[in-house]
Amino acid sequence: MLSVRNLTKKTPTGDILKDLSFEAKEGEITAIIGASGSGKTTLLRCLALLDKNVLGKMLLNGQELSTLLHGEIGLVFQSFHLFPHLNILENLTLAPVHQGMNKVDAEKLALKLLAQFSLKTKAHRYPGQLSGGQKQRIAIARALIMDPPILLFDEPTSALDPEMVNEVGDIIKSLQDPKRVIILVTHEIRLAEKVAHHILFLDHGYLLDSMETSQFFAKDRSKLSKRAQKFLSNLS
Amino acid sequence: MHFLEILPSLPFILAGVLVTLKFTTISLLCGLPLGITLALCKISHICILRKIAEIYTAIFRGTPLLVQLSIIFFATPQLIGYPVSAFQAGVIAFSLNSAAYSSEIIRAGIQAIDQGQWDAAKVLGISYKCTLIEIILPQAVRNILPALVNEMVNLLKESALVSIIGEADLLKRAQVVAAEKFLYFEPLLIAAFLYFLMVLIISFFAKRLEKKLAYA
Repeated sequence: MLSVRNLTKKTPTGDILKDLSFEAKEGEITAIIGASGSGKTTLLRCLALLDKNVLGKMLLNGQELSTLLHGEIGLVFQSFHLFPHLNILENLTLAPVHQGMNKVDAEKLALKLLAQFSLKTKAHRYPGQLSGGQKQRIAIARALIMDPPILLFDEPTSALDPEMVNEVGDIIKSLQDPKRVIILVTHEIRLAEKVAHHILFLDHGYLLDSMETSQFFAKDRSKLSKRAQKFLSNLS
Repeated sequence: MHFLEILPSLPFILAGVLVTLKFTTISLLCGLPLGITLALCKISHICILRKIAEIYTAIFRGTPLLVQLSIIFFATPQLIGYPVSAFQAGVIAFSLNSAAYSSEIIRAGIQAIDQGQWDAAKVLGISYKCTLIEIILPQAVRNILPALVNEMVNLLKESALVSIIGEADLLKRAQVVAAEKFLYFEPLLIAAFLYFLMVLIISFFAKRLEKKLAYA
């Protein structure tokens, strides 16, 4: 269980995240949604320990995230951030080799993951030679290579063609694991509805709604915050 | 034109090419690591390192190279008590000067790399040092290669300044031949042509290297 308690992200111009508390269960997918500027990506960056000036506690089964081993938090970036000068195999093996894994074992593991994503033939290609969808699968494979108990996705569909939303949804669903917390930031409501078990609705840095997906997308929106109701009405 | 009269002195002039190349290469080999170190200081989180690197760059970019060369060759022996050879003075002055310029090129190259590359490496648990060496610098070098080659070409051309303090480089040798034969146009034209040829060769290999470093 990932527990976030009283999370506040401070900047000189004000707080971007304001006293957020929520939990995300292992084996489930939690989607964070909200309008642009609501703090979704900042929250994800805080969970990935990429941001400073963060107050509050972030615990995985009682253990502070900052004390986890390297590679135990996987993050798939919105624009992938693959290393363009390294081929796909090198992109994947860099982290495990750096953590002390034997290079041959790391390559075996990488090729196994590439096969899982139907990309084994691209092992010696460079990121610039792949399509957007392929790059994303590589980014997912890279995030998965250390078998992280926390897997984070930042806007996984924003850099892809609209018709790929379903495919991305299927991939994310296939990564569910009883020992893994998956958190997804998206503005693509269809994706959140399709894959997530739980929805967190953020607005101007506040967590206004936290509920089961079916409840959030129910026809009766009376249980939602006013801002979430407005957000959903604007979308429809 | 009396090129035939210069012909016997040609090996003497050509030997200057080696002196110039040796001078440029050593200055580059000393200047580049110093330039990288200064660039790292400039992007460091430690304020004092940033300030030192900035002041260093300001001084070496803000004063004429000939003045720096003169200080090292003529003034330093007064302080340290023993003479500095023209070659040593040239290498020191050019290394220090080129480090200031190349540090700016390298700093800009590093800072032009997308912050996402740093973030991706951090999430993967790769240390700062390895991120810099394995991820950032290889990408930065590719971007700044044309500017670094330009700096090398400048260094090669400016190396002619050492002829003023008596080093027998290409220009100095051409001047010696000119004085001996009372023919100025021919030896100096040959020297200019040889400088031009060296620059062309460097540019040719730099282009090939650029292509080799290119990735899709």
